[in-house]
Amino acid sequence: MSSGSVVKGPDARGRYGGYGGRFIPETLMAAVEELAMAFDTAQRDDGFQRDFDSLSRSFSGRPTPIYRADRLSRRAGGAPLWLKREDLCHTGAHKINNALGQVLLARRMGKRRIIAETGAGQHGVAVATVCAKFGLECEVYMGVDDMGRQAINVDKMRLLGATVTPVESGSKTLKDATNEAIRDWVTNVRTTHYVIGSAVGPHPYPLMVREFQSVIGREARAQMLAETGRLPSVVVACVGGGSNAIGIFVPFYDDPVRLIGVEAAGRGLSSGAHAASIVAGRPGVLHGSFSYLLQDDDGQVLATHSISAGLDYPGVGPEHAFLHDAQRAEYVGVTDQQALHAFHETSRLEGIIPALESSHAIAYAMTLAPQLAADDILLVNLSGRGDKDLDIVRGAAAGV
Amino acid sequence: MFARLREEGRLALIAYLTVGYPRPALTPALVEAAAGAGADAIELGIPFSDPLADGRTIQATSQLALKAGVTVAHALESAKAARMQTEVPLLFMTYLNPILAFGLDRFCRATQAAGIDGLIVPDLPPAESGDLRTIAGTAGIDLVFFVAPTSSDAAIEAASRAATGFIYCIAVTGVTGARVQLDPAVLPLIAKVRRHTSLPVVVGFGISKPEHLAALQGQADGVIVASALLDAIAQAPDDPVAQVRRFLTQMRVKPAP
Repeated sequence: MSSGSVVKGPDARGRYGGYGGRFIPETLMAAVEELAMAFDTAQRDDGFQRDFDSLSRSFSGRPTPIYRADRLSRRAGGAPLWLKREDLCHTGAHKINNALGQVLLARRMGKRRIIAETGAGQHGVAVATVCAKFGLECEVYMGVDDMGRQAINVDKMRLLGATVTPVESGSKTLKDATNEAIRDWVTNVRTTHYVIGSAVGPHPYPLMVREFQSVIGREARAQMLAETGRLPSVVVACVGGGSNAIGIFVPFYDDPVRLIGVEAAGRGLSSGAHAASIVAGRPGVLHGSFSYLLQDDDGQVLATHSISAGLDYPGVGPEHAFLHDAQRAEYVGVTDQQALHAFHETSRLEGIIPALESSHAIAYAMTLAPQLAADDILLVNLSGRGDKDLDIVRGAAAGV
Repeated sequence: MFARLREEGRLALIAYLTVGYPRPALTPALVEAAAGAGADAIELGIPFSDPLADGRTIQATSQLALKAGVTVAHALESAKAARMQTEVPLLFMTYLNPILAFGLDRFCRATQAAGIDGLIVPDLPPAESGDLRTIAGTAGIDLVFFVAPTSSDAAIEAASRAATGFIYCIAVTGVTGARVQLDPAVLPLIAKVRRHTSLPVVVGFGISKPEHLAALQGQADGVIVASALLDAIAQAPDDPVAQVRRFLTQMRVKPAP
């Protein structure tokens, strides 16, 4: 899909440079190998691609448009901002792309039960949605703290027929939900497919998630050329695990385009209360792969903080770690306050309520725009809509 | 050790303790108690924040130990102190990240210096283990690998080729934690493993009763008792030393036929 790229994909061991790999309990090894083979076969199968493309159109609502955000651009000054409207996808975020691809794959493998982890709930809702469509049993693990702050998505998942299982362990957020999902998978591996929601986990997950999400970048690249006659100068996307970012980055690898991933700097990098794995972490192993990780001196994984539940994760996909070290992409941090500000600006100036995750990318783009020339173009991945975040935003306004 | 026990017609009983549980200072005394009560080897778990292969018991003991300030350095000190008390083989069990953070080379040298004989890393499959195998081998530390009910023949072969010390045979498709029943499917798995290796085969995950030992007698070379022992300690927090002794002694009692 990304032929001719400087980064074609991982090697046979699932390594991106030194990152990635398969650091998993032996019980899961056969399932992960089976998955890698099934994915490989599906990628070469026109029938699978046809199904995926067809449902991406009729069910997910693709292609999503690109949109020139004129008033936001005037506010920022400098280069114009364009938004890739993944918020217009069915279920309100890019997460449906990967959920659809992986559930189609699970069906081919004869798995009748689907499990997932979720942070903000967008991935959980997307998986529950696709499972409802195909009549598959669905269980979603979610940290109790996240269930509180993203209550609407919990209701949606239940409405769609999924079981939402609260996770009480550890920091009660995305990392712990992922631990519990992996433990469920270790126990039910013969009947169950685990749909990881981000470009993390053991090989082939980071590759698979990237391929299902790269539709974002392929569309955006063609749309930019069609509507402006040129490529963007800079592509900006938020990075938690990094699925929307890798999805929009990959098709631009060989172009003279700056790629910028925006991590959650929470209450500020010096506060320790953040989730900026690449900016402030160092390499280690979590959830099956070797990548940047927020950890203490003893290798224990640190608690993270972000106002956005979807970015509140101590790890990051191994391909981002590679892009960072290879200096093909830049990674920066944006604080809760900056993201909130961008959330309000985008709502008032453009009539678009962005997800708090995506607001991190918009916030950075608005600080970068005035440093660029007026004939540069900034393309921001608006990865999801912000309805789910109204409680958090209201709480932040009240100083909670 | 395994050869001697095999001659005696006995299963090796390997007791698992989370370092620093229930209290950081207690580990050497618990090791001594376990060895005194018939444990043939002791596995010391260095706690990790995100133990993916572990069920509720070891998650809880790990969290408590971490909260009490247990570090890799503390685990090395505890091991050193335990080594003064007993001659039985000691193994470390921990996830890969604390070892990486400490440094593979530094960790293996310190482990060897503390008198540890082997290392078990549940999130390190043979294919990713090249560096650690070399370094552990140089330090004279055994590196144990797993086979599971889901393992392919190729995976059993890979574990057999990579492992030193013994093969850890996972008795259940699942995470660690005491189980009431022993899945009889473990017996053909043991037989399968033996076709690939002459290394001793040790069964773990779910082992909690003398009946489980009886069922594995003559089949496996040893068993690992972990969560059930920790659960027993949790029931008698005031006298964990006596509780370890009681629990392991009753594990050796032959069940009535």
